[in-house]
Amino acid sequence: MYGGGYIFDEPNGKQLREEQLHDDPEKLAAFEDRIARGEKIEPGDWMPAEYRRQLIRLIEQHAHSEIIGALPEGTWITRAPGFKRKLALIAKVQDEIGHGQLLYNAAETLGKSREAMINDLLSGKSKYSNVFNYPAKTWADVTVIGFLIDAAAIVNQVANAKGSYGPYCRALERICYEESFHLKQGHDAFIELATGTPEQKAMLQDALNRWWQPIMHFFGPPDKTSQHSEKLMQWKVKMASNDEMRNQFLDSYVPKIWELGLTLPDPLLRKNTATGRWEYSDPDWNEFFRVINGGGPCNAERLQVRKWAEEEGRWVRKALMNPAERRSLPVA
Amino acid sequence: MSNESLDPRVNRLKLGDPSAVIKVEEGENWNVYEVFHQEKRGAHHEHVGCVHAPDPQLALVFAKEQFARRKKCVNLWVVRSADILAFDVEDEDMFANNLEKNYRDASGFKVMEKINKFKQSK
Ligand SMILES: [Fe+2]
Ligand SMILES: [Fe+2]
Repeated sequence: MYGGGYIFDEPNGKQLREEQLHDDPEKLAAFEDRIARGEKIEPGDWMPAEYRRQLIRLIEQHAHSEIIGALPEGTWITRAPGFKRKLALIAKVQDEIGHGQLLYNAAETLGKSREAMINDLLSGKSKYSNVFNYPAKTWADVTVIGFLIDAAAIVNQVANAKGSYGPYCRALERICYEESFHLKQGHDAFIELATGTPEQKAMLQDALNRWWQPIMHFFGPPDKTSQHSEKLMQWKVKMASNDEMRNQFLDSYVPKIWELGLTLPDPLLRKNTATGRWEYSDPDWNEFFRVINGGGPCNAERLQVRKWAEEEGRWVRKALMNPAERRSLPVA
Repeated sequence: MSNESLDPRVNRLKLGDPSAVIKVEEGENWNVYEVFHQEKRGAHHEHVGCVHAPDPQLALVFAKEQFARRKKCVNLWVVRSADILAFDVEDEDMFANNLEKNYRDASGFKVMEKINKFKQSK
């Protein structure tokens, strides 16, 4: 049911109800103790309004990213080289749509309907991962996405799977299991080009050069500029800082790129052996904000395709509709 | 955005006005069903997640697609989320175990002690 005490956001973003704006300090303390002890929070449990709001925002945007992320790769299914690559790409794209479904369900347990989330995506109010606003121009782009974008997503998802909200953790457990296949098939296709003909190597190097900045943007702005995330860390909504995750990604994957004789378009990129941390040139953060706010090469097309799918699929949804069904929220 | 997409399928769609407002009505994405997965014959069905579906038959079809496309599965159950009855999480303390419950437990009965005592007494 959508009634009851757990609705944060009325469909399409009406305001918080007045009584939810003021958390009971005793309940808040008990809630924070539970999280500190490593307990998971479940849908029916008491939680601060801000925890609910931040989780909805996080899980919803994660869901949108899975769905939109399937578009640039889905494009390439018919053109993937060879039968095995086609099968693997179909399986991967289907997994990503499945991840979107799992995550929408997890967000729905917090009281926001799936329709409200879809509407917020289509209106541009709710964001998705910025990397998917760039085009996949060649087959090499698909291998860079499958290897490195999925690798970056795994760093993020493995961290979030240790978070405090039960339904999100359970969804991520299943997602991470499937991501290991995505990473492996991407790495395999990437290596094939890197060790192939001079044309294949050049195509891959070109794709890497174009994708490097979006990949550096992937984990978000540097810690020194991002706003107050201490509360979110304490509540185990955010599990690692942007810079920590970026560093972890660089540490695991830059050596795997360099060992294949490829280069990365950043002369400052190196591991500082004294600190153990990676150093790099700051990517252009103005470009990041320009693209996330609608100015990227593919923002309009991505949303147009989603709108088309909603509109063209509507008659099917309506034809199957059973008027006797009563809507309810997922239980867990 | 340029009108030409890199995706030939997208070009064939002749997509409409990008500024058009599309609104999905509440309830358009159907109802929610909980899914239970049986890994092998003889095992329990375990809860694995949910699907949206207009009726139980299609919920089964979607559940197969979503939860049985890779790992082993021999059967699935679906049930409307609304039809699940559960205790209120606030009442969790009623499950707390009284420590004096070894009369319910195999370990609460020491037969060997009694047998040994009996044998020694002979
Ligand atoms: Fe995914
Ligand atoms: Fe993936």
